[in-house]
Amino acid sequence: MRFMVLVPANPQSEAGEMPRTDDLEAMTKYNEELAKAGVMLAADGLHPTSRGAKVRFDGPQRTVIDGPFTEAKEIVAGYWIWECASREEAIEWLERAPFDGGIEIELRPIFEPDDFGEQLTPELREANERLRAQGSARG
Amino acid sequence: MADDNRGPGVLSSATDRAIDAVWRIESARLIAGLTRIVGDVSMAEDLAQDALVAALEQWPQAGIPHNRGAWLMATAKRRGIDALRRRVALQRKHALIAHELRVLEQLDQPDLGAGVEEVPDDLLRLIFMTCHPVLSREARVALTLRLLGGLSTPEIARAFLSSDGTVAQRIVRAKRTLSEARVPFEVPGADELGERLEAVLEVIYLIFNEGYAATAGERWTRPALCSDALRLARILVGLMPREPEVHGLLALLELQASRLRARIGPHGEPVRLAEQDRARWDHLLVHRGLAELRRAEELSRALGPYTLQAAIAACHARAVSVERTDWPRIVALYDALAALTGSPVVELNRAVAVTMAFGPQAGLELLDTLLQEPALSNYHLLPSVRGDVLVRLGRLAEARAEFERAAELCANHSERELLRSRAAACER
Repeated sequence: MRFMVLVPANPQSEAGEMPRTDDLEAMTKYNEELAKAGVMLAADGLHPTSRGAKVRFDGPQRTVIDGPFTEAKEIVAGYWIWECASREEAIEWLERAPFDGGIEIELRPIFEPDDFGEQLTPELREANERLRAQGSARG
Repeated sequence: MADDNRGPGVLSSATDRAIDAVWRIESARLIAGLTRIVGDVSMAEDLAQDALVAALEQWPQAGIPHNRGAWLMATAKRRGIDALRRRVALQRKHALIAHELRVLEQLDQPDLGAGVEEVPDDLLRLIFMTCHPVLSREARVALTLRLLGGLSTPEIARAFLSSDGTVAQRIVRAKRTLSEARVPFEVPGADELGERLEAVLEVIYLIFNEGYAATAGERWTRPALCSDALRLARILVGLMPREPEVHGLLALLELQASRLRARIGPHGEPVRLAEQDRARWDHLLVHRGLAELRRAEELSRALGPYTLQAAIAACHARAVSVERTDWPRIVALYDALAALTGSPVVELNRAVAVTMAFGPQAGLELLDTLLQEPALSNYHLLPSVRGDVLVRLGRLAEARAEFERAAELCANHSERELLRSRAAACER
C-alpha cells in the first residue's frame, strides 16, 4: 500500500528560510531510516507559495492568482510517498518522525486501481490510467 | 507525545495491528542484534518472539512505549538472561556451561540492549546467514522471508502454495543446519564476498520471480511477494551502497515491478509485454529503476548479470511502443549477458530480441540451435517463443503444434489458458 504524507508549511518555510541545522540533522537521520527500511519511495520539498500561483475556475473564466498565499496551515511544504504493508505500519513510521510543537502531519493512502472496485469498468480504469501516465510523462 | 493517544481505552484489535506493524519494522533488527549476543539464530528468534508476546500482553494495559525497538530489545535480553540462568543452574554439574556463562556475561552488560542501531552490520550479517550456501535454496528463501521479511510461517506457506507444516519444518531444519554447521554470524571476507553476495541476490530474485510469474497455481502473479523482495532489495542497497550488482538487482526489480499491473488483464489473465498498455506501467517505479541503474553503471564499468538485465528492462521502460524499442541495443546487452552466464534461457531471450531486431528468419535459426539444449527440453517458453516466430513467418500449422506443446509443459493455470488460446488462434 502506498501512502502520501503531507507536511504543512510554517512561517519559516514560507519565508524561504532553511530549517535549523539540528532540525535538518534529525530529519536527515529520519529519512535515512525510512530509506534503509525500504519504505520511502519519494520525497520532495516545495518552494514557498511566493513562487507559486493559483488558477481560479469560474465557468469559462480563468483567473491567475500569484502567491504568496496566507492560510499557512493549509499550505503543503513537502511530501513523502511511502510503501508500507498496512495503515498501521505507516502510522508507526509517522509517529517516529522528528516533529514537535503541536504540528499535525497528515497521512493519506494513495488510491490503487483495485480500490475503485466494481464501479470502475476495465475501460474506465484504462482511460484513467492512461490520462495519469500522460500527466506524469509531461511532468 | 504519541503515547497519550494510545492508552488502555484503545480496542485490543487495533493494538494488535499496531504491534504487528512494530514487529514488521523491528523484528529483523531485533533478531539480528540478539543473534550477535546469543550466537544462535534460533534462540534469538525465540527471544524476539517472547518479547513480542510480552508486548501483546502489556502494551494494551500500560500503553505503547515511546521507543518500541529498545523496549523489545530490553525485554528479549531480560528473558534471555532468565532462560540462560535456568539452563546454567540445571547444567551446573556438567562441564558444558562455559558458552552459556559467556553469553550471560554479555547479556548483563547494560549498554548492549540500547544499541540495536549502533551495530548496523548486524542486519547484513543476518542476511548472509539466512542466505548461506550450506542451506538449500528453498530453505534460504523461507528463512530470509521469515527472519528478514518479518513474515509468519502461514504467510510464507500461502505465498509458496505450501502447507504450514512443510514450511515450519523447513525453517526448523534450516536453523538446525546453521547451528550444526557453526555458520558464523559475520559479513564474509573479501575472498568470498563476491560468491556469497551472489547467493544473497539470488534469494531476493527468487522471491521476486515467484511473485512476478508464479510457477504454479491458479493465479499468474502474487504481488505481495514482489513487494517483499523489493523491500529486501531496498534494504540491501542501504546496507551495501558500494556494490554495483546490489543496485543492479534493485534496478531490475523496480523496472519489472513497474509492469506488474499491466501484466494482468481484467479477468486475471496474463498480458504479454507486446500487448501491454504502457500507460498502465507504474511511472514512479520506472523512475526509481532508471535511477538505480545509473548508480550501478557509475559504480562499475563491467556490468554484472543483474545490471545487464536491468539495462534490458530499461530499454523497454524507455520505449513508447514495441516497434519503437531499441532492439539492436537489447540484442547487444543479451550478447554480453550470454557471454557472462552461458545460460540457455538467456540464449532463448536473445533469440526473441534478434527476431525483433533482425526479423523472424534470423530468430528461428537461433531457436533451432536451442532445440538440442537439454536444459530447455521441458521448458515451456521454448516452444512458446518458437510458435511466436512461426506465426510471424506465416507457418501457422507448425506454430499451433508449438503452442500446444508449450501448454502441455506449462504448470501455471492462467498461462496455460493463454497458450491454448494462441494455439486455437492459429486455426484461421
